[in-house]
Amino acid sequence: MSQPEGRGGGALEVKFVPDEEVLKHIADDAGIKVRKDKAQLTVSVKRFVKKLENISDNEAQEILEEKNYVAALGICAQDPVENGSSVSGSEVYSFQTPKRSSKMAELASELAQTPGQSVAPDHSECPEKTAKTPQSSSKYMFILLMHVFSLLLQSKKKEFVSTTPYRLRKRLAAPDPYLESESEYSASCSEEEDEEDRKEVSTVISGQKTPAKTKAAPTPPPRNTVAKKTKEDKMSNLVEEYFEAHSSSKVLTSDRTLQKLRKRRLNQQTLHDLLKKAPLAYAAEIKDLNQQHESLFSKWLLQLHLGFNIVLYGLGSKRDLLEKFRTSLLQGSVHLVVNGYFPSITVRSILNSITEEVLDHIGTFRSPLDQLEFIIKRFKEDSSLELYVLIHNLDSQMLRGERSQQILAQLSSLPSIYLIASIDHINAPLMWDQAKLSLYNWLWYETTTFSPYVEETSYENSLLVQQSGSLALSSLTHVLRSLTLNARGIFRLLAQYQLENKDNPSYPGLSFQDFYQQCREAFLVNSDLTLRAQLTEFRDHKLIRTKRGADGVEYLLIPVDDSTLTDFLEKEDEDV
Amino acid sequence: GCFVFKPSPKKRRVSQKTANDFGARNNDSEDAELRFATCQSLWNQIKSETEQIQEDLNKQLFDNLVSFLRQSHSEFQEKTTEWTCRMKSREIPTAALVLGVNVTDHDLTFRSLSEVLQNNITPYIALLEAKDCPGIKNLMQKLMGQLMDCYIEVDSLEDEDCVQVSQKRIRCSMTSLINWYEDVTKKTDSKTPSKKRTSSSRHWQSPPVIVIFKDMESFITKVLQDFIVISSQHIRELPLVLIFGIATSPMIIHSLLPHSVSSLLCIELFQSLSCKEHLSTVIEKLLLTAQFPFKLGEKVLQVLINVFLYHDFSVQNFIKGFQLCIVEHFYSQPLSVLCCQLVDAKKRVNSLSHNQCENIRRLPSFRRYVEGQASQKQISLLTEDNFLKEIIQKLLEDLHVYHENYISVLRCLHVFTSSLPKYPLGKQIRELYCACLENRVWETEEYESSLQLARMLNKSDLVTMLQQCVEIFVSSSGKEFDKTVEKLKEFLTQFQKLEAEAFQEQDVSLSPQKDLQKKTDLYHLQKTLLELKESRRSKKLTKFEKLRFEVVDYIDSLVRNYLVPADNKTLHEIVYFNTASVLRGHLNAAPRIALHTALNNPYCYLKNQALKSDGGSISNKAPDICIVYKLHLECGRLINLVDWLEAFSTVVMAVEGPNADAASSDQVDDIIHARFIRAVSELELLGFIKPSKQKTDHVARLTWGGC
Repeated sequence: MSQPEGRGGGALEVKFVPDEEVLKHIADDAGIKVRKDKAQLTVSVKRFVKKLENISDNEAQEILEEKNYVAALGICAQDPVENGSSVSGSEVYSFQTPKRSSKMAELASELAQTPGQSVAPDHSECPEKTAKTPQSSSKYMFILLMHVFSLLLQSKKKEFVSTTPYRLRKRLAAPDPYLESESEYSASCSEEEDEEDRKEVSTVISGQKTPAKTKAAPTPPPRNTVAKKTKEDKMSNLVEEYFEAHSSSKVLTSDRTLQKLRKRRLNQQTLHDLLKKAPLAYAAEIKDLNQQHESLFSKWLLQLHLGFNIVLYGLGSKRDLLEKFRTSLLQGSVHLVVNGYFPSITVRSILNSITEEVLDHIGTFRSPLDQLEFIIKRFKEDSSLELYVLIHNLDSQMLRGERSQQILAQLSSLPSIYLIASIDHINAPLMWDQAKLSLYNWLWYETTTFSPYVEETSYENSLLVQQSGSLALSSLTHVLRSLTLNARGIFRLLAQYQLENKDNPSYPGLSFQDFYQQCREAFLVNSDLTLRAQLTEFRDHKLIRTKRGADGVEYLLIPVDDSTLTDFLEKEDEDV
Repeated sequence: GCFVFKPSPKKRRVSQKTANDFGARNNDSEDAELRFATCQSLWNQIKSETEQIQEDLNKQLFDNLVSFLRQSHSEFQEKTTEWTCRMKSREIPTAALVLGVNVTDHDLTFRSLSEVLQNNITPYIALLEAKDCPGIKNLMQKLMGQLMDCYIEVDSLEDEDCVQVSQKRIRCSMTSLINWYEDVTKKTDSKTPSKKRTSSSRHWQSPPVIVIFKDMESFITKVLQDFIVISSQHIRELPLVLIFGIATSPMIIHSLLPHSVSSLLCIELFQSLSCKEHLSTVIEKLLLTAQFPFKLGEKVLQVLINVFLYHDFSVQNFIKGFQLCIVEHFYSQPLSVLCCQLVDAKKRVNSLSHNQCENIRRLPSFRRYVEGQASQKQISLLTEDNFLKEIIQKLLEDLHVYHENYISVLRCLHVFTSSLPKYPLGKQIRELYCACLENRVWETEEYESSLQLARMLNKSDLVTMLQQCVEIFVSSSGKEFDKTVEKLKEFLTQFQKLEAEAFQEQDVSLSPQKDLQKKTDLYHLQKTLLELKESRRSKKLTKFEKLRFEVVDYIDSLVRNYLVPADNKTLHEIVYFNTASVLRGHLNAAPRIALHTALNNPYCYLKNQALKSDGGSISNKAPDICIVYKLHLECGRLINLVDWLEAFSTVVMAVEGPNADAASSDQVDDIIHARFIRAVSELELLGFIKPSKQKTDHVARLTWGGC
């Protein structure tokens, strides 16, 4: 497995860990070993770098620095890093690889089987050890190396992962029979409903590389003999896997829908009520976490005063934390709270509230830039003016735009405006380029709270699950009520026709000619001009959508889902 | 979504509370105010120092620019009647200012540049940025606005309001600009005899109009081209000079502008100092000096330098990081009150409270010191505050002396190592400094190899190095170096003597060489070569070699004496800031990794035994979002919500256990459903999934790997 020399220049040499060692890791159960292994890899990277040094004097300097950097990072990781956030970069989010469709169910059943106390005593030292390994170093290595090693690491990890169930099973000498059977049932159940062909495909994909989780446990010895081969396979496999995952447009998921599940959809209110009933897990620990963060409040204030701005990141809603900061420390000063998660927030409204309410300015501005200039001028003139700005979710849909961020950054760069904001999205830091970053002058604070995003997600009615539809329904009825009786009839006709065809997945909509025919029969219109006029009105209110089919015929559709439409018709019937 | 909260006016706090925040945290608010004041004054000192550095570094560049600008429109100045016929060509004088990639630093450069120009050349300066100029119209608007603003500044007394009114309404065109310019110059002309003479004496009668494009690369080329073409038409009436701020390379001008446009420019290139050099100067002036009492630990410095080298090349950010270090140090270390000039520190020691004395006794370095003392002294150190204070004064002085010596010796060592091939200890002094801070430098491999290399230096190099070292020691403030200087000078004279001797020897050695040239036959050549070799092997070291060894050994002894790492020094905690992890967390944060850790290993944050799990897998009692996240990792591009929900409920039901009886299962189901919905929408908020229209009840996954 020690891999090819001479990739490019003859002096380059990539050294890998010998087979036996890898094998040991595979056979051994502890994850620590794998991590150690990784540390070794970084060591070999250093060696690699040292070799390179001989190549040219000019580069030697840079490379030396590189080496130092790697070393420094390694050292940093050894520091008492807060909450052990030393995860290598390549481990976090990388390429897409194909997945078997039944894997989720398998993992679920596996997790369900895991006894609550899954910790064997000998793992007690695990967190300390992992904290010590210089993993984060690989994050900054140059791209070629990173690529090679990430490929390697991934393949290694795969082997490791694939043995997981085996270990689990071994440890679970005698699991609770009821538990076992139940989870087994659910797993098989989900498989049963899968279509045959999909299953086939998935087995073809997973055939060579997954040593049948559900079958007998893989035995180490045979691996030993073929290890070299599989390794080579792995490398090419990874490449193939990548393209496989990206080429196939076919989606390998089951066709089940929530409707078939016969679960009534929850609206926002019931959801809220239900969640209230569910106890918050780990309340005590979460409280501890929050207290840790709260102890930093005065420091935040100090740093704000010294010209830094503060950004909070980490899992969990930071709204309550900021609220607490506000109520405990900002009561005596002018401050502005911006709920970024609010769906209709704009930079304009933020600027407006500053000019109108903080600066008591009456009048309008031609553009946000003018407004910004005005604010900057005012704040520069009057040094006694101070403003704290708290932004919940600076990375929300509405504020993440380039222009909004530019304006906010310029605002925050004013010495007497103190900005403290929170971000949640994983890609949030991509919003800022160097120029904006230097305007913002951020100090980053990790505030993982684990508290649920109650407020932040309550506006997000986009998600398929909750989709209360109440909004759509009420708007439908409201618009319809303002129309003439005939117009309502026309709409009803269309709605009914659409519901009749709801089981037809390829239903294109009602063609205009047919619709006209039906409306005439119902004495709703007398010419196709009247119908067209009516339809234009519907379209303006976004009640219908028209689509031109392949044959050039115009088709009409109501862009509302079926259940809402049913509700609507029922309500209409009641009214009539 | 925006809410403004205003306190009632009487409750409004006075803004002196910043100092209070300093001590407001835990109970050791020892000398908080004093500490804050020290911190602020130190920071202000450092800030002005850095500004000074920046100014000095830019001086050369600015001087060149100013002379260029003076020349550029000299014809325009000389004879107002003649210049029209002389300026046949329509070339606009242009300065291309190559500033390097550290865009964030440019702002400061431009600000000081416009200041310099304002003082020396012309009051008419417009600074344009790409983001303000999406079209030629905006550009003209901006330009005129700024120019007229300067006009207001020049004579703000009279027609201020009338100009301001017209500024809004004026049609922004080149002609109006020219009219304005004529107006202004005429006005100053007419006024010259009277009061205006004094102020405008710095400028000429018709000063050029300077337009600075701060970030030339990001301008829309069309706008830039239009502007250049238009203004070149009017160059006869308006002495315009352009300055391009360029971050990449001067080639960009030609790739942005077609030949027809670039031929209208008369470009001269100016190169600013590279940011790396700027950084070295900053480090030299801030860290390698005894002027500032505050010092950075090795790791901290390393972090700051790495952020600079690998992320932004921004000196501004480096200084910001330095500021953060100062703040953190003074905030977290109660004893930092002693981190000031030696004289003040001695005074402050006397007024230390008992608590602070205890703090000192708790310092690890101090404990080590105490352990090294005689038992009698130990007792009095630990019990008598007054005695302790005396000792502290002495120790502080030691520390100060140590720093003074340290820097000189470090520089001296750098003189040697910076000229060695391959730079085993680094080319820059900062690398050497880091190495010396980290641990005993003489125990490292690199030091060993650099000594070996130093033993092979030739004489002339060695002599110049020694001379440099002598200079360093002479100019240093350390008092112990008289002997060292003497010794080094002695080495120098010895070298000179050697030279004289060698001169004589040369005559002797010349003759055999001549012999060699005469004899052409191979046998004899071989023989003589062998003889030569023989003699060389047997010959002992020459005098020069001996001397060289002595020099190197002497330098080595200096290093061992003075470059002891600061960790070994007593009371180093007072002046060294060492918590690199804090700094890294604040400046170079990794939000994705935090999120990843929280989702994969909630035990890191929630210290509950139930969450503890090994390696890859996660306990089924983890928070909902972790379970949902873990499940979604097993999916491909699209995720079926039904399957997901089912898997989730399988896991959650297993936790609740078999005791959840069938009767209440419906109820439970709803709650689980609700929890699932919440977790999924949280994942959506975090950006892991998004709703998909491709298939009903599916969501699309947005991240990969990491399972």
